[in-house]
Amino acid sequence: MRFLLPATVAIPLVFAALAVVAARSRTAQRVLSLVGVTASLVVAIVVLVLVERDGIASVTLGGWPAPVGISLVADLFASMMLVVGLVTILAVLVYSIGQRGTDDLSAFHPVYLTLTAGIALSFLTGDLFNLFVAFEITLTSSYVLITLGGRRAQVRHGMTYVVVNLLASMLFLTGVGLIYAATGTVNMADLAEKVPELPGGLQTALGLLFLVVFGIKAAIFPLFNWLPDSYPTARVAVTAVFAGLLTKVGVYAVIRTQTLMFPEREPSTLLLVVAGLTMIVGVLGAIAQNDMKRILSFHIVSQIGYMVLGLGLFTVAGLAGAVLFLVHQIPVKTSLFLASGLVEQGAGSTALDRVGGLLRRSPLVAGLFALAALSLAGIPPFSGFVGKLALIDAGFDAGQYTIVAVSLVGSLLTLFSMAKIWNGVFWGQAEHPTELVAHGPARLRSPWVMNGATIALVGVTLAIAVFAGPIYHLCERAAETLIDPSGYISAVMGR
Amino acid sequence: MTLVAAIVAVLYGVGVFLLLQRTLTRIIIGLAFLSHGANLMLLVAGGRAGLPPLSDVMDEGSQVADPVPQALALTAIVITFGITVFLLALAYRSYQLTGDDEVEDDLEDRRIVELFGRHEAGDPASSAAASSDDAAGGDRR
Repeated sequence: MRFLLPATVAIPLVFAALAVVAARSRTAQRVLSLVGVTASLVVAIVVLVLVERDGIASVTLGGWPAPVGISLVADLFASMMLVVGLVTILAVLVYSIGQRGTDDLSAFHPVYLTLTAGIALSFLTGDLFNLFVAFEITLTSSYVLITLGGRRAQVRHGMTYVVVNLLASMLFLTGVGLIYAATGTVNMADLAEKVPELPGGLQTALGLLFLVVFGIKAAIFPLFNWLPDSYPTARVAVTAVFAGLLTKVGVYAVIRTQTLMFPEREPSTLLLVVAGLTMIVGVLGAIAQNDMKRILSFHIVSQIGYMVLGLGLFTVAGLAGAVLFLVHQIPVKTSLFLASGLVEQGAGSTALDRVGGLLRRSPLVAGLFALAALSLAGIPPFSGFVGKLALIDAGFDAGQYTIVAVSLVGSLLTLFSMAKIWNGVFWGQAEHPTELVAHGPARLRSPWVMNGATIALVGVTLAIAVFAGPIYHLCERAAETLIDPSGYISAVMGR
Repeated sequence: MTLVAAIVAVLYGVGVFLLLQRTLTRIIIGLAFLSHGANLMLLVAGGRAGLPPLSDVMDEGSQVADPVPQALALTAIVITFGITVFLLALAYRSYQLTGDDEVEDDLEDRRIVELFGRHEAGDPASSAAASSDDAAGGDRR
């Protein structure tokens, strides 16, 4: 473990440096990033297996004992997120290699690898300031990726994204400063013991500050406006990995900090209200849109609500549901965006009235989209159904019937807007067809590498549905360590 | 210490004010003010000043400054410098493309305001016109 945990972060960073050196050869860059991400994934799987067998693993770097040295911690929650995240990153990398024009700038591969390292570090770090650094690594790479190419729309929407996230980072830094002034430590396990000793008002203020900070990154209800604006302008592969992972890293941080440092031990009304509003406002925004990528972007917001719901219930079942929903959501959301990329590649647009009738011309893309969309809407027997069932069940157990009703309405509306995409893109005729739809070849082709990556990722979501039982069992064990952080604390502090 | 805390407050205030302006340059300067405020606050968080935390200066019982917030502030300064430079490059690119420094209006917000105006005036064709606007707008993005 001493070398495995840092390795998941260090491997992509080393390969990023090598990819910078290899800037002149695109083939070399591609090989380097594929090898880097795969190696990191293999290590992450080994970590997951070891954590599953031996319990929480913790490493302090720099040779100093826990509260002073920088801790990396892998519990079940973190290592599951790490494996699912890296699988998705690998699939999107393969897709972007297959898509013409995505990696033609030599900055793409190094920045993508740095993003991988940042995401891995945010899952593994056990130190609040290091979490800030991990977020900055991730965000800085994402700033570059979202504006790569420097077209007008990208610069305009990228600016919104950068300014909002930078403001959130400054609030995060302020929070770290305040919490250090109050407790004298930034180690999360140490904080878990010291924060409850603070006066109640200070605890609430700090808890709310961190909720706002991570809420901006996770795009929960009042703080999501930057997301549907900026995401659809980037290249599809970039949007896909952002949609699948970046907001989920925010959700991960919300769950981690709220369970570890500010546990309430009872359903939190604030979180439940925010969850309900996030679900409904997100999905209503999606229904109002007329472009596939924009509908999907609003859905990111809506789905975050379900994860916050699981946290808000604050029971083992609720948190297990939230973890399962996170694990299912990362590949599903990403594969939907990859499918929208295949549509764009084939038809030249993703606007609903400019493409149509793709079912006959590209049944494979239609099938892939349908599988992922049904899973997102939570239709049995797909993985979204399992996640939602777990959450609704937990909601009933906690006696929160209103939020259960709201989440069911949200699911119904999700199904409606997925049907809207299906109607517009795959059935019928286009109102204002693009050149490719009107006069293009009878069969729309996309490179087999792109198709293969999408098929693989949809396969992952189906596998989550098939192995729902064992995966839910894992999530339940992860939730138990979240509810009762004593194991986490003793693993980090070396007691 | 109170003086430094007051400076932190002023920096945050000026930063937020500049952030709400409509020119990109002012927004960037505003973010710089905010980050300076946050860094200064990290230093305040460390408590009183003291001797440098070096092993050959420290004696038993001597008052040593807390090194952790200094390390944190140093890291944060490097990060915010980097991102400020990136933002400046982005603002320059935006100037190259549009010829000015203003933050553009959001197309969708504009359309909603127009729709509302037409609705107020009681124009029955407003909804049809708006939906065809939408189609064009969606594609432009």
